[in-house]
Amino acid sequence: MSDLLTIQNIRKTFPGVVALDDVSFSVKRGEIHTLLGENGAGKSTLMNVLTGLYHPDKGRISIAGEQVHFTSPRDSLARGIGMVHQHFMLVPAHSVFENILLALDQVPNLFNRKTYKAKIQTLINEFSLDLNLDAPVWKLSIGAQQWIELIKLLMRDCQLLILDEPTAVLTPQEADRLFSVLRRLKDRGKSIIFISHKMREVMDISDRVTILKKGRSIDTLSRGHFDESLLASLMIGRDKIPQWQKNLQMSDEIVLDIQNLSVRNDRGLADLDSFSLQLKKGEILGIAGVAGNGQKALAEVLTGLKNASQGRIMARNEDITNSNARYSYIAGIAHIPEDRKTIGIAPDMSVDENLIMKSFKSGSFRNWIFQNKKAIRRNAEEKIEQFAIKTGPDGTPVRYLSGGNIQKVIIARELSEHPSVLVALYPTRGLDIGSAEYVHKVIADGADRGMSTILIAEDLDELLKLSDRIAVMFRGKLIGYVDPRQTTREEIGLMMSGEVSGAVA
Amino acid sequence: MLEILLDATVRAGTPILFATLGAILNERSGIINLGIEGLMLIGALAGFSGTYLSGSLLVGILFAFAATFVAGSIHALITVQLRGNQIVSGLALTMFGVGITALFGKGMVGLTIDGFTRIAIPGLSSIPVIGKALFNQDILIYFSFLLVFLIWFFLYRTRSGMGLRTIGENPAAADTCGLSVSKYRFFAVTVGSGFVGIGGAYLSLAITPMWIENMSAGRGWIAVALVIFAGWSSPRALLGAYLFGGITAMQLRFQAMGTTISAHILQMLPYFFTILVLVISTLRLQKGASQQPEALGLPYDREDRK
Repeated sequence: MSDLLTIQNIRKTFPGVVALDDVSFSVKRGEIHTLLGENGAGKSTLMNVLTGLYHPDKGRISIAGEQVHFTSPRDSLARGIGMVHQHFMLVPAHSVFENILLALDQVPNLFNRKTYKAKIQTLINEFSLDLNLDAPVWKLSIGAQQWIELIKLLMRDCQLLILDEPTAVLTPQEADRLFSVLRRLKDRGKSIIFISHKMREVMDISDRVTILKKGRSIDTLSRGHFDESLLASLMIGRDKIPQWQKNLQMSDEIVLDIQNLSVRNDRGLADLDSFSLQLKKGEILGIAGVAGNGQKALAEVLTGLKNASQGRIMARNEDITNSNARYSYIAGIAHIPEDRKTIGIAPDMSVDENLIMKSFKSGSFRNWIFQNKKAIRRNAEEKIEQFAIKTGPDGTPVRYLSGGNIQKVIIARELSEHPSVLVALYPTRGLDIGSAEYVHKVIADGADRGMSTILIAEDLDELLKLSDRIAVMFRGKLIGYVDPRQTTREEIGLMMSGEVSGAVA
Repeated sequence: MLEILLDATVRAGTPILFATLGAILNERSGIINLGIEGLMLIGALAGFSGTYLSGSLLVGILFAFAATFVAGSIHALITVQLRGNQIVSGLALTMFGVGITALFGKGMVGLTIDGFTRIAIPGLSSIPVIGKALFNQDILIYFSFLLVFLIWFFLYRTRSGMGLRTIGENPAAADTCGLSVSKYRFFAVTVGSGFVGIGGAYLSLAITPMWIENMSAGRGWIAVALVIFAGWSSPRALLGAYLFGGITAMQLRFQAMGTTISAHILQMLPYFFTILVLVISTLRLQKGASQQPEALGLPYDREDRK
């Protein structure tokens, strides 16, 4: 097997941040090559360099032995490199067909819809995918949207496919489908760069693994020469991932009782459909479900961002549905939002300022109408140390921090007022193992202090490890509860697709 | 009576129609253009002086297109290449248009030309009621019909049109497909501005064949509102433009009939309806029926770490 792609000594800096320091690795024809590294290790930056979105400051990229300079994605596409981005590059308002067609090269300005539809359909059938070309993208599940991205690249006959954390949004069954498709592509001689945090997948599918750490490529290992603990230790420099002891003696006191709650979205469809849930004091209640089945609406209605159209939310026998009482109660509900960069922080403001956003009115951070800069700084120093936040120089806008550190800023702020309920929406999405562990520890510590957590996550391993109970959602309804100590991934997976009702605890 | 009113409706609606079509093309690429009013004035003056100097209406129209194409490319340079603020740049373009046409138009005030004449389309023009209004008109009005179709066809039936719509919705998606965001946007802003200019020229070459300072009188702003009313679709722009044309024609008719209502109140009507239309379409937008291009107003920077 010969090398399709060689990357040598790539370096890329952003204002105040060295995203890539010195990265070298190569990808052979017909191999699945995994890129493993903590967030902030530079994986996404590296892929953006490879697809021509970013220009590297230094280093060389060669394809089939020939050095190339990409100035735009057009150049890298022309050399057969295509990428499925973590945030899909699709237009939700357009049809599947339109989204795919746009990716094709050399389509004449006046084209025959039927011919192209037939061509695309052939490819869809070849991989026996279920995609309706005429449907608008916003109506499709996230899993289906990912197929569109893949079809786009295959239609262009890309030789090197890059998938950036493709399984983050899939059910276990969907992920298995994806892997079988990837293996078939590999058998046809395509090369695949696979980016993931999930060890199980990395072990399952990789021919070789390259480990990135702090913008440098540490090592490349072939199948048979790596196992989970070796990879983890290379990646984060620690041997063992600690396991949390589950908090088994939770109380029966119900702090939050959601009864037949319905929430409609902007399009008038039901995001939550007669949904019921009970949260006990001090428990971590995991919510499993494929993204887009009402988890976001649940978090938003609990934190007061959305109103319910039907049903009740009871907090300790008090009705707080859509009432003003709810807003005072909200003070006791902390929220880790899904989209940390747009909802969780004010990106252009400093770490200090972001840390006091929930409490800037309190006397401790102001002198009359003026900010008390000293107190704000002292608070920031405290939190930065307590939560091990890596920041740039004083006053660096939060947006320049890595994902894991932004998440720490949010958590530090949300937990600063000792909430009784925490609603955490995908709190570890896109985080490296080290940061994710930290988030888990914070949630588990909170439970020990009596804080109840609704943990909405997509990684089943995470839910199984952390939760005291798991509730499964499908199409805005509660399908059932399972006990994480007794259930299996398969059972939860089936419930996530709405097939079986689990034992309702 | 109805025939005359309809005829006046079409004639009064045409400059707004051109301006709205131009603005739609513009905004479909994701760039807001608040310079429409200024562009109309530039088009009106360029069209008039071109015709006056050459004696040819066609040359006048080409002049109007070229002048606003150039003026539009200033907006494109600022918003697309330099990623400046689209609102500020557009407002500046309007003020620039008002000022520069007042300055260079001084020598043109009071001059006259022979404006466009009507060409009856045999057969079609004898359809009762609407025949005269639609098919006994000048060539620019026929061109406006064609343009409504062409813009729709371009946006929904050609690959470039699909690309332009994608850029207005999600420029990063288009970029990763290998489309040049800046080229498409530059095209949409400049050519769109050119169509706005033809709308301006219609004022000085057909409606009143002379140059009057500030003769667009707020029609550019009406067009900006109509883009939203039309949901960024060219056939609906036709509807909206004629609605405003109708209101304008009606208030003129009332004045001619010697009503006791103050002329100022009547002249206010089209603008009053603009506000009304904005309120209604905004309410509709909030109900989730938004057709607004997702990336409207947002500059695209590939290396921006969001």
